[in-house]
Amino acid sequence: MTYILEQKQIEEIEQVLSKSLIDLGVHSVILIDMAGNIVVDQDSGNSDHDIYSLAALAAGNYGAMNAMANIVGEDEFSLLFHKGETANIHFSKILSDYLLVSIFGKEISLGFLRLKVAEAVAKIEKLLPTQSA
Amino acid sequence: MAFVNLKKKEVQAKIVYYGPGRGGKTTNLEFIYNRIRSQMQNEMVTIKTHGDRTLFFDFLPLNIGTIKGYSIRTQLYTVPGQVKYNATRRLVLRGVDGIVFVADSMAVRKEKNISSLKNLEENLAAYQKDLYKIPIVLQYNKRDLGKKGVPLLSIEEMERDLNSKLKAPSFGTSAMIGHNVVATLKKAIQMTMISLQRTLM
Ligand SMILES: Nc1nc2c(ncn2[C@@H]2O[C@H](COP(=O)(O)OP(=O)(O)OP(=O)(O)O)[C@@H](O)[C@H]2O)c(=O)[nH]1
Ligand SMILES: [Mg+2]
Repeated sequence: MTYILEQKQIEEIEQVLSKSLIDLGVHSVILIDMAGNIVVDQDSGNSDHDIYSLAALAAGNYGAMNAMANIVGEDEFSLLFHKGETANIHFSKILSDYLLVSIFGKEISLGFLRLKVAEAVAKIEKLLPTQSA
Repeated sequence: MAFVNLKKKEVQAKIVYYGPGRGGKTTNLEFIYNRIRSQMQNEMVTIKTHGDRTLFFDFLPLNIGTIKGYSIRTQLYTVPGQVKYNATRRLVLRGVDGIVFVADSMAVRKEKNISSLKNLEENLAAYQKDLYKIPIVLQYNKRDLGKKGVPLLSIEEMERDLNSKLKAPSFGTSAMIGHNVVATLKKAIQMTMISLQRTLM
């Protein structure tokens, strides 16, 4: 199974991510699908993470979290967030096939980030194709 | 679930190495990684137990050049082969586009190969995918052990056990010394690309 995004769709998503998140100080955002492919990535210009590995691990990690949720009788966990010394990472599911991964530092509070991610997700949902897998 | 990015003119596809525990899946990826590491910025990702068994997956992104103006990026994964890790094994299969099935040629692993292939069929079915339709290449690995006096299954017997219905391309290999590792991968990529083109048209 294969899906395609046009240049215009990708640019619209890039715009949303850069306006809603990068401009507010988020270091880097990666939109991935559940297979671990990178759909769009945006960063503030001073982060050089290995985003392909990050995408593969994020997709696997998300799948594992979801499977754990099911075992304890939840549909899913609503907050997926890892906190570090200087970098934090937040995951947000989009439709059933995509995941938005945001990496941010101390400057931004989790509450504010979640609010902004939710706004971005609402916009991006309309720009992405739905799949059946 | 391959992804075509028309802005970057890039195709991303996922190829998964599947097969029984200790069959040589991780060794395949390590061989490929060692071949290309000088051109890679990234390291291979592995999630293992301390005993070197794969716990979740190995991951190696591979840029294989351009086809018809599109740059092709294949993401290689291995699954954990141990029976008890089926939940994580199934997660790795999500969105798979092509498979390399690494069977173990050691005579004592005959049943393990057969049940692993059956397990693959079941796990693919969980994603509404059909073992008989997905691009797949079989590998009969550890052929080098024959010279060391270890009893091996003959290629014919392995074909009968695993490939009589499937009729997939197959290779006798030694992942440890790298024999036919690249040939297997090339075949898997080629089949995956042909199948992607078909779904795009
Ligand atoms: N002689 C020989 N040994 C091999 C070959 N391929 C792998 N091995 C050895 O077999 C053992 C298991 O190989 P792995 O690559 O870790 O096997 P795996 O399929 O990834 O195993 P799991 O992660 O448990 O699923 C290791 O000790 C390898 O060195 C081969 O072609 N010949
Ligand atoms: Mg392994």
